[in-house]
Amino acid sequence: MCGIAGLIHKGKSSSVGSEMTAMLQALKHRGPDSTGYAVYGTPTEGDYIMRLKVAEAEDMEKGRGIHQVIKDRIAEVEAILKEHGAKVKSKDAPREYSLRYVLNHKGDTGEMAAHIEETEGVEILSMGNGLELIKDLGDASVVSEAYGLNDFQGTHAIGHTRMATESDVDIKSAHPYWAFPYNDVSVVHNGQITNYWIMRREMERKGHRFMSNCDSELLAVYTAHNLANGVSLEDSLRQSIEEIDGVFTYLVATKDQLGMAKDTMAAKPLVLYESDDLIAMASEEVAIRAILPEEIDTYDPYDEEVRVWQA
Amino acid sequence: MAGVTDAELKEMTQEERVTALGMRTEALTGKSLYVEFDPDAEERFTYPWAPDVDFNKRTEMDCDGMTTTEVNSNIRELMAQGYGTVVLKNPRGMHSLGVGILSKLNLIIEGSTGYFAVGLIDGPNVRINGRVGWSCGENMMSGTIMIEKNAGSTFGAAIRGGDLVCRGSVGSRTGIDQKGGTIIVGGDTGALSGFMMQRGRMVVCGNAGKNLGDSMYDGTIFVGGEIKSLGVDAVEAELTDLDKAWLTRKLTQYGLMPDKGVDHFTKIVAGKMLWNYDNLEPTEKKLIL
Repeated sequence: MCGIAGLIHKGKSSSVGSEMTAMLQALKHRGPDSTGYAVYGTPTEGDYIMRLKVAEAEDMEKGRGIHQVIKDRIAEVEAILKEHGAKVKSKDAPREYSLRYVLNHKGDTGEMAAHIEETEGVEILSMGNGLELIKDLGDASVVSEAYGLNDFQGTHAIGHTRMATESDVDIKSAHPYWAFPYNDVSVVHNGQITNYWIMRREMERKGHRFMSNCDSELLAVYTAHNLANGVSLEDSLRQSIEEIDGVFTYLVATKDQLGMAKDTMAAKPLVLYESDDLIAMASEEVAIRAILPEEIDTYDPYDEEVRVWQA
Repeated sequence: MAGVTDAELKEMTQEERVTALGMRTEALTGKSLYVEFDPDAEERFTYPWAPDVDFNKRTEMDCDGMTTTEVNSNIRELMAQGYGTVVLKNPRGMHSLGVGILSKLNLIIEGSTGYFAVGLIDGPNVRINGRVGWSCGENMMSGTIMIEKNAGSTFGAAIRGGDLVCRGSVGSRTGIDQKGGTIIVGGDTGALSGFMMQRGRMVVCGNAGKNLGDSMYDGTIFVGGEIKSLGVDAVEAELTDLDKAWLTRKLTQYGLMPDKGVDHFTKIVAGKMLWNYDNLEPTEKKLIL
């Protein structure tokens, strides 16, 4: 039982960071293990924001040696960036093991990302012009505080509070998932995928990488694969209902779009609110009301429903 | 197994053995806990501990900043003080509001609620001005619930009595395991509505999703709009004059009577092809083999 939330402002920026924090905090009871955000700021052409982790949160308690290991890993990542000709415009480290780079790069970011991930313990959480993907252990207020999300301005965001059922409590199994190596695409999911291994092996045969054993990662890889093959987001969502078995409701965000899909049984909840300038959705109404305290009209999408909104 | 010896059983066919061992449906009926309604048994009408409330005594409660437990125990406290009309303000999607109220009460919720709103109730009249989340009115025994906007999935799950009304549209699996009472939906309902329904009536003025009435044992579903598909063993039946009179009465009562009347409603009942109650369970078979 995880909690998912999404919101998109039409044609304007807003403080999506603090809005998503309020929504996810209201969903804390659906999963207190970890919290994740994919927030979309104003994209700058040619500049890429890369978020990565170089160790797991629990590694930090396994002795002092980890500090040197982290330094070595960061040095290696930066050497690879240099090798690919990416210029580091800025670098932050909200946590010792979690870094944010702004890069200026002209080449293939996918190739560079694959190279960076060859470094042991390093996982790129996201790469894109607008996307910033943040996930860590703890509830929304803890993660938002640590990563300074309350000041974040953007057009849309998706978020997730996780109750770990199918895999471990760690950052690599936390949502959202970036659709590696497809820039600016992220996924959050509530449910269980029952043909996970069949689909995963199919994706692996097509050359895609999996970092965790979490079934939700499949949706990210699956979406990335479809988008890379020129399938539109809406068609990919529709196709997934046919091809992926299980019970699921998931949200996909791209640079300027937000989409949702619900499985054929409508077994996982989603409440939807639509107005002319804001669309908000969450597993429970209480999350939407955290940002819209006034009386509003909401509804539950039905089975096999697919929707896509433009920022 | 009184009256049958092992030697006699050995002589019998399988069919005869089942009857001799009292495993036929008719032999099992006396074991039911079901009690017929008796108008003279007034002591059954209310719970002995039910508070004596006056509908004209009205009060309001602001749910802002309160927990569900605080709100629900406050309602009980107010009922003990004799308040018969309680208005809840600013629920803002709170879960489990007003559950387990077992006496008469006018409960008005001004706003929207989350999951399990006014479930497990026996007696109150509830009006909700907003929307409700999943499983509203779950397992209600009697009373009325009137919702002005939309409702989530599993609306009126396992309801046993009373009237549960939603003016808007509801989610999937409406009236799953319904065991009595009436569910009325002004708009549409989602997939698998009336799944494993056992008794009672469900009225949907709009459209119904796929697998309507799947594996229903009994009960009746009326649909005003289109049915995407029927579930296993759900079949269409003739809409009788009695049905039309009942629909007219119920829908008029709640202000949901369609302009074109009720003649267009489709009636769905159990095909009873899955009624295999005379077949023995595997454990019972073991007894006599």
